[in-house]
This record gives sequence, structure tokens and C-alpha cells, in this order.
Amino acid sequence: MKTETKKKNGKPLSIKDFKSDRNVKWCPGCGDYMILSMMQKTFTQLDHPKEDIVCISGIGCSSRLPYYLDTYGIHSLHGRAPAVSTGLKLANPDLSVWVVTGDGDSMAIGGNHFIHACRRNLDINIIIFNNKIYGMTKGQSSPTTPLGMKTKTAPYGSYEPPFNIGELAISAGATFFARVPDKSPQLLGDVMMEAYKHKGTSIIEVLQNCVIFTDGIHEKLTDKETKDENQLELKAGEPMVFGKDDEYGIQIDGMKLKKVRLDDDNNTNTLIHDPSEKETQQHVALAKLQLPDFPVAMGIIRNTESTSFDEQLHHIIDDSQKNSKYKNLEDLFHSGNTWEVK
Amino acid sequence: MPNTKSKMKMRKAVVRFSGDSGDGMQLTGEIFSQSSGSAGNDLTTIPDFPAEIRAPQGSIGGVSSFQIQIGGTEIYTPGDEVDVLVALNPAALSANIKFLKPGGTIIADRDNFNKKYLKKAGYNENPLDDGSLHDYQVVPAPASSLTKDALKDLGLDMQSVSRSKNMFALGIVYHLFNRPMEPTIDFFEKKFKGKPKIIQANMRALKAGYYYAETTDVLPASIVIPPADLPKGTYRNIDGNTAIAWGALAAAKKSNKKLSLSSYPITPASEILHEIAARKDQGAIVLQAEDEIAAISAAIGASYAGNLSITSTSGPGVSLKTEAMGLAVIAELPLVVINVQRSGPSTGLPTKTEQGDLSQALYGRHGEAPMIVIAASSPDDCFFYGYQACRLAMEHMTPVVLLSDSYLASGKSPWRIPSLDELPDINISEFNGNLEDWGPYLREQKFLNRYWKKPGEPGFEHRIGGLEKEDISGHLTYDPENHEKMVQMRQDKVNRVAKKLPNQEVTGAQSGDLLVVGWGSSYGAINAAIMELIEEGHHNVGFTNFNYISPLPKNTADIFDRFEQILVCELNKGQFANYLRTQLPQFAYDQFNKNQAQPFFTSEIKSEILKILEA
Repeated sequence: MKTETKKKNGKPLSIKDFKSDRNVKWCPGCGDYMILSMMQKTFTQLDHPKEDIVCISGIGCSSRLPYYLDTYGIHSLHGRAPAVSTGLKLANPDLSVWVVTGDGDSMAIGGNHFIHACRRNLDINIIIFNNKIYGMTKGQSSPTTPLGMKTKTAPYGSYEPPFNIGELAISAGATFFARVPDKSPQLLGDVMMEAYKHKGTSIIEVLQNCVIFTDGIHEKLTDKETKDENQLELKAGEPMVFGKDDEYGIQIDGMKLKKVRLDDDNNTNTLIHDPSEKETQQHVALAKLQLPDFPVAMGIIRNTESTSFDEQLHHIIDDSQKNSKYKNLEDLFHSGNTWEVK
Repeated sequence: MPNTKSKMKMRKAVVRFSGDSGDGMQLTGEIFSQSSGSAGNDLTTIPDFPAEIRAPQGSIGGVSSFQIQIGGTEIYTPGDEVDVLVALNPAALSANIKFLKPGGTIIADRDNFNKKYLKKAGYNENPLDDGSLHDYQVVPAPASSLTKDALKDLGLDMQSVSRSKNMFALGIVYHLFNRPMEPTIDFFEKKFKGKPKIIQANMRALKAGYYYAETTDVLPASIVIPPADLPKGTYRNIDGNTAIAWGALAAAKKSNKKLSLSSYPITPASEILHEIAARKDQGAIVLQAEDEIAAISAAIGASYAGNLSITSTSGPGVSLKTEAMGLAVIAELPLVVINVQRSGPSTGLPTKTEQGDLSQALYGRHGEAPMIVIAASSPDDCFFYGYQACRLAMEHMTPVVLLSDSYLASGKSPWRIPSLDELPDINISEFNGNLEDWGPYLREQKFLNRYWKKPGEPGFEHRIGGLEKEDISGHLTYDPENHEKMVQMRQDKVNRVAKKLPNQEVTGAQSGDLLVVGWGSSYGAINAAIMELIEEGHHNVGFTNFNYISPLPKNTADIFDRFEQILVCELNKGQFANYLRTQLPQFAYDQFNKNQAQPFFTSEIKSEILKILEA
């Protein structure tokens, strides 16, 4: 966690410093409120001063968020927030850049920018509000809508296989992927801080509740009664166990993961979580675990080190400037064949 | 060595080098341009090479050509009709003979006019022997075999020897134009540094060609083109795409901003991306984006971050970028969108030229989304208009469309290298008041520019975006009066740029019977036509070419008012004429349009003008 709190006029920053003067206009009970307040809380703890934080969004309910944060920000175009952030971060790598997007924004219309952000490993943080539906346009299927679910555009039930965001992100090269339910503020705060520290593209999928169109869609995961059995909270260096009394574990069976009821004979085979592992197979397998056969993996699934895109580019720029045969533009303009007219 | 033959003075001449794609015609042409520039001639060049990366050897589809017009007066186009045609094989002759003037000179490589190549080019008889070329001066030089002889003791492979025949042909052309060989030999030494055999090969082939012409007396006379009267200074040849790239670099330097470019590859604009990608050595921040939309979106992000931000593309790319162009309009961010136009619609004729995207530049966005639109008119002035596009974007906090086209992108003309001092200053509006009075949409009052506050500046944290903004505060609002006010504000902002633009100028008659109007790259052909008409005694025709299109220069109506008739010439169905009809409806506009994906010829403009004058 953070060491030093940023000072403004000698005073530490508080959540209030990150609240804009605009009224927040999400539906009462929307999962977005918690994400907003955790961002504001996390921002008080960053090394970056307030003026170096930029929040960029696309279009959709989630993407209104920059207006409620008193930082620099752009409410950009549908799906394009990662692309806008790429230009911004390359232009000024000293900024702390946060992208706010939804499942429609990032997985459908912005799918291309999303995979290329993952591939390049640009040092930005992307928070995806996954409520598995188009909320702002009022209830159409999204690329994460589960099979069989009825929506305005799938009145007989969805027949399109959904994306698993973690599987897509990790396969596209993301070096950081975490998943958090919107009912776990503490975990979300911790994950945001780790994403901030991570050098490269950090993807945080928040399983977020839409009270209007998909109310309760994540209930099995977040309900007090079923939560322990249905969530596998991953922690680096710790065994993958879950259940009310940690009575279940995740083990490996050939190439596949398996759920086992632990007893004295078999608990030594339980996998230990290593988010820093470079190989993607196990992280993808963890990201793909789903109900009812498995619990859903939460927390930081992947967090591996790699040079970030912005760092790489600026290294090249610095080196090429040092080694250039043109000291300045005039040198360049006069290179090649020239002649004098007198 | 001085040429002792009888000399023929010409004010200008057109030379076309043609051969197989592998024959190095572009390099040959480049070298001849440099030597012409050094001789003080003005010039304009255009390459013409196959769209296919590698067409079969000896086929007509594989012919690569390079045309240059040189002159002792100002030269505005690569020329309509050719005086000297170099044809290294039968296919090159067959594809290019149609450009040659009656009485023009053909320099052919006789060795390549063999059965195999004649057949590939569709000749039943050898045109060098069958009398079909009797209207021309033919120099059937055994270029391949004499080059082989000249290079025989160098120990080069067959391919390198064969490739050197282009320099043999160039040697003949040098003799024809009475050119010294030394500067070119110096050039070989620079270009092929560390490859002494290649230097020797090129030098020997060039000399062999020169002396062949000298001793065999094959040329009718030698041509002397006197130096042109050009402004003093250091010159180089430059193509339109490089010139735009360098204009942007100069604007970044002059404004003390970093340059960000994000683009997606597309013909014929890619060279701008290539050049600036190489200019990381001048600090340029370059992104090859995953698509056209990402390219402009990233450019908007870079602009918000405070950099001079540009994105280069062609028409199909602009089609994809239009939503984001609207965002830049409402966000009031500086951004330059460069459209190197190609023939459309859709994939169209991607390597061919057209002025077909003017309406798109002016109107191609949803909502009321005005932008500055400017157009370059020659390869070398792409530098200045590239610079101006960047300057106006930053000074007026608005996106700018810069129109170039395939013709300017691949053509070259001599460019007087400016010092950075002589370029106009770039004055970006600074906010000097109290923080409490500031808002993201607060404006200075002369030009209505908002202030460019970027992340990193404490106290100025603010959000921008695509939703309508309240004046000054920038808060979201659906207030009807506010929307009307902001729509008008964004239009007024672009209109007020006219205050800063230079007056539109007229060449030829300042008032009279006919005003010929062009825009962008039609300049060269129209100007050449007007010059010829003036020389021929037509003192009732004026010509004005527009570089600033939106807004129009403020004296435009005054100029139009001085002429009886207005003729708008453009390579489309009349997009500029239609725009003028909406902007200055008090005038009547006649049109001369061409839709062949080819530039105008001077001759066709001239005959159109004569038709009107004589009517």
C-alpha cells in the first residue's frame, strides 16, 4: 500500500478533494456508486498529485464517471477510451491514467482498442463495469450477456456465446487482470492500488449490478449465504481454497483445473496462486472458472512484470535523439542534395 | 567536358524516363532532377509506377516511369507533352509513346528490343526498324551491351551490370542537355559510400552513355535551358508528404510543443507516418494505431495532454474518423487531420489523384461541426500549409483539415529551405487572470478561443467531452438557448480566422472578362495555362487559386465582383463551385471538371478558357 499521502496546501488530500461539484446521476442502488467512491479513496493515496491524474471514459452509464471526479478527464466516444488514453499517456507518461468503461463499450464497439491496449502493455488502468447489459440504451444484449438471458434484443433468450473478459484480456497480452464484485469495497480498493503500482495495462473487471435491467445478476456470488462457496478469492502465495470453512480447494488434473473437497489426504496438492507467472495457461483457466461447477475467481488473477509501451517508446525516442545525425531541424532540412540559387 | 554540338535554346523541356520496374527509373529521374536543380532550373516531377508491387518483367503492366519538366521560367507542372522519352524496353515505348510530342526524341535501349520483349509488349515488328517512328528523332543506343563492356573488368555480378544501363541512358540525356557529370559523380560517392564497385559501375555507365552520344553524333542538337529566375537561397527537391511532415515538425519546434502523430497506414498518405516515425530523432512521439478511429482518438488524447497533435490519412480513413472529428470540434481541441486525397468512392483508384473529398472536409460530420479547411497547392508548399494547419489549430483551439492529394504527395518540386526564424510566429492564447475566474470554456474575446489547460497544471482540473457544454463553465447542459449559443460560437470561431488570413491574390488580369478559379493542387496546370495565354496576348483573364477554403479569405467577394464570368476548375463534379454557391450566392459559377483520376493538363485548361473567351 501507499506510503505517502499527497499534500494540497500542506493538508493531506481527502475524498472530498476528488468530488466534483456535479450531482451524481446514477439510479439509486447502482453498483457504480461504490466504484466511484473507491476511486476517490484510492486517489487520495497515490504518489501522483491530483493534477497528474486523468480519467478517461467512453460512452454508457459507467462512462459518466469522469464528470463526478474532480481530476482532469475526457468523456470520449463510444469504445474509444483506451485509444484516447494511448495518445495521452504517450504524450505525457508522467500522468496516472484511469480508463472507465462498461462491457458494451469495451467488449463490443471498443473491442479492437481493448485488445490492442492489452497487447501493447501501455501503463494505464482500465476499470470495466460489467453488468452484462446495455443500461444507458435500455436493455439490449452485450457481449457478456449470459446464454439464455432475455433482453430487449434477445426476447427469446440470448443465443450468442459471451466473452469472458479475463480470458480475452490475458490472451491479448494483459499483464494485470483482476476481478472484483461491486459488493467488496475493501478488495476493490486493494486491487486498484495494485493496478496503480503495476507498470503496464491493468484490467479490473468489476461485477457490477444494474438495478434496472440485470438486478441480482451477480447475486449468487455476492449473497452472504452462497458467497463463500461461489467465490474463490485469490491471494498471491496462498493456496486456492474456498467454502465457509475453506473445505474446498482447486487442484490440477492433466491440463484442467478441478474442484476437490479437501481432507487430510489430498490438501497438499492444492494449487498455490502465483499471479506473477509469465505463462498464461493457468491464469486463463482461473479466469474461466464459472458456476455451477466451479467458484468464480476474484482478486488479482494475473500481475506479471514487463516493460510498458510508453516506457519503451520514450527509450527509443531518447536514444534516437542522442544518436541522430541531425542535430536539429535545419540539419535535417539541409540533408541530401541541395543547391544554391544566388 | 563542354559539348561542342550546335545548341538549341529552349525555355522548358519535358523528359520522361521509362523502363521496367527493376530498371531504376525513379532513381534515374531523381538524379536528373537534382542535376537540373543545381543547374538553376525550376522543375516539377511526377512518378508513374505500377500499383502492383511486382508486375512481370518486360510487361506493359510493369512499366515504371518518371516525368520531369525543367525550365528557365517558373515551372508549375510536370508537363503535358514529352520532349524526350527514354524507353529502356519495348513495353516502356509502347506505354509512353502517346505522351511524346511530334518531333520529340526517343532514347531506346536497342539491345532490349529483342523478340521476347517485343512480343511481351505486343509488337509484331521492331518499331525501331519498321519506320513507324518516323515522326520522331530516334536514338537506338545499344545501352545494355555497351554498359556491359564498360563494366567488364569490375567483377560485378550480371544483375548489377544490367542494372547500370539506366545510367548509360542518363549519360545520353546529360549530353543532350549539356550537363556536367561531376556533381552526379559526387552524389554516387555519397549514396553508395562503402561500395566502391557500385560507385565505379554507375560512374562508368554514365560516362559511357555521355561519350557514346558525343562520339556517335546520334543527337540532333543539344538543348540549353537557361537558369530560372528563382528567389535566392538554398534549395532541395521535396515531395508533398515529406513537406507536410517537416511542416509539422517545424510548427512543433516554433511553438515549443512536442509533436504527437498517430496514424494508420493508407495509400497515398503513409509516407507522412513513415517520415515522422523516423523523426523520433527529433523528439516526435509516434503511434501506428490499430485502426483509423484509434489514430484520431489517440491524437485527441495527445492534444488534451498539451502536444501538437496530428493524424494523417486519406479519404477512406477520414470517413472512419468523422465521429472523432466532431468530438474535437465540441471539445475545442487543436488537432490537424491531414487528408492526402485519392480517387474514390470506396477503395476507388487508390494510387490515383482526385479532389473528391472537399465536401467531406467541409460537411462530413453529424451536427453543426465547422472546422478550418485548407489545401496545399504544390509539393513544396505542402511545407508551408502543413505548418499553417498546425499553427491555426493551436492558435484557434480547433481541429483543422489539411487537404493534399496523391499528385502532390508523389510529385516533387524545388523547395527553398527556410530558416525557422522566417516562419510566422505561433501565438497560443494564454490565460493570465485569476484561477477563480477561469472555466474550461472561458474565451478570449477577439477570436473566441478557449484556453489550452493540460493535465499537470494544478487548480485547472476539468473535464471535457462530447456532450454539449455550458458556456464558460463547461458543465453539461441541455439548455436550448445554450446549445444555440454554442453552435453559433463554434461557427463564429472558425469564421473569425478569416481576420488572420492573407488576402486572396489574382494572377493575370485584375479585372475583366473571365476569372479562372482553382483550389489546392489544380494550381499548377491552371497557372501554366494562364501564363501561356498572357504571353499570347490574352489580357482579359485572371486566375485565383484558393488555399484557405473554410473560412474563405475576406476579399474573395471583391475579387469575384471584378469579373464578368467565373470558371471554377476542379477534379471532381463541382464541390468547390457548390461551396462557393452557398458562401457567395450573388455570383454565377461556371464549371470545368475532370473525373479521370488524373491531374489536369495545361492544354485542356487552356482550350477550355479559349472556348469561353471566343464564345
